[in-house]
Amino acid sequence: MKDLLTLEHLSAQDIEELLDLSENLGEIVDRPIKKLPTLRGKAVVNLFFEPSTRTRNSFELAAKYLSADVINVQPSGSSVEKGETLWDTADNLVQMGIDAAIIRHKVSGVPQQLAQMVSIPIINAGDGMHEHPTQGLLDMLTLRQAKGRIDGLRVAIVGDILHSRVARSDIWALRALGADVVLIGPPSLMPDSFRQLSHVTVTTDLKEGLQGVDAIQVLRLQKERQTGGDIPSLWEYRARWGVTAHSLQWAKPDAIIMHPGPQNRGVEIDSDILDSSRSWVGRQVRNGLAVRMAVLFRLLGGAHNE
Amino acid sequence: MKNQALLLDADAIRRALMRIAHEIVERNHGVANMTLVGIRRRGVPLAHRIAANIGTIEGEVPPVGVLDIGLYRDDWEQRPFSNVDATSLAPNRINGQVVVLVDDVLFTGRTIRAAMDAVSDFGRPKAIQLAVLIDRGHRELPIRADYVGKNVPTARAERVYVKVQEVDGMDQAYLERDGKGEDA
Repeated sequence: MKDLLTLEHLSAQDIEELLDLSENLGEIVDRPIKKLPTLRGKAVVNLFFEPSTRTRNSFELAAKYLSADVINVQPSGSSVEKGETLWDTADNLVQMGIDAAIIRHKVSGVPQQLAQMVSIPIINAGDGMHEHPTQGLLDMLTLRQAKGRIDGLRVAIVGDILHSRVARSDIWALRALGADVVLIGPPSLMPDSFRQLSHVTVTTDLKEGLQGVDAIQVLRLQKERQTGGDIPSLWEYRARWGVTAHSLQWAKPDAIIMHPGPQNRGVEIDSDILDSSRSWVGRQVRNGLAVRMAVLFRLLGGAHNE
Repeated sequence: MKNQALLLDADAIRRALMRIAHEIVERNHGVANMTLVGIRRRGVPLAHRIAANIGTIEGEVPPVGVLDIGLYRDDWEQRPFSNVDATSLAPNRINGQVVVLVDDVLFTGRTIRAAMDAVSDFGRPKAIQLAVLIDRGHRELPIRADYVGKNVPTARAERVYVKVQEVDGMDQAYLERDGKGEDA
């Protein structure tokens, strides 16, 4: 494995091996000394061309806990602002000895293109509306911990499916691992292409969609990606697709709640649900760190990295 | 054709682990403030068996921790990628405690060097001791075992295998060397 670009193109075995490794590295977060020598002498760069707090910090800490050095490149204040292309930026970093690059970009497919141009491992930290593979992995790890398995689960993803790279990574991973997926959201935010997929059910009706589900992934309503007219109003969105104490009754009694964050409390999910014992959002964040340590170790550890 | 020579059968392994348990208790004047740490994989069942033996001797079973040294290897850049198993060590079981590392075979000493680094990340033990079922020599670091089931003189190219019930379905230790006339 040279890069981590998508979950769509990973086998179930690849995904499961990454989940096992993540599970085993998770305890590092609890250690009194969170500094392992594993990636000592390696340097990684965070190339974030879109705002991010959690994901960038999570990658940075994951690299640091494994003793890699980390630099952060953001477009403002860098040569990118002066018109340098991404390829030149990347090539300069490679010339300086960077061993891996973590990239987030608003354009789908940029990490793939970068991976073809440079020899170092590229990790996709979210590209446009395409994929966010480490988020997908941490969601799978959380589900597996909560339910003991993924095979045979019924998992709902609620919200703005159209703009969501999280939904896409989740869908590919869930299908690969044998789960059934229910996509629920406003018709204007539901891509038609998902209706053709096996093991995927599409509905606009929250009550119908939540019947019998083991877990609910609540997506953030991405206000910055709403070009206008997709949803009538935040109030109506909440009334029809908001996950509340009321709508939660329709799911299985032991269904868990997940959310990739950041949350709009009172819009797509109510505060009391988010803070309840059924919420696994804290564990998702924790698992994110484990997954990112695992991915860095997987891509940078070992001589014959096939 | 490969030549195999039996080093220890199941009974010999059982006796060796009982003797090691006695030696640990004798040297440390009991089991107070002691933790055994099994090194993945086969060191783990061996640590549990030694702990159980100590329990029959002293009436108190010392806690057993589990350590995978994969993240501390000094040679992973020369090896294909391999997964890392879970480590479970509680800092309060390390700080001020006598930590007895348990592994199946002591060879170059590099695994033990890595294990000592790992243990130190969890706390500051009062002492670290080492118990191995087989010491086959050829050390590359200044490391020695405190408790040894059997010393086995070997040639460097020979291989020593320890099989344990919990992992392999049988208890046995044997030496393997390539037979004469074998195709390369």
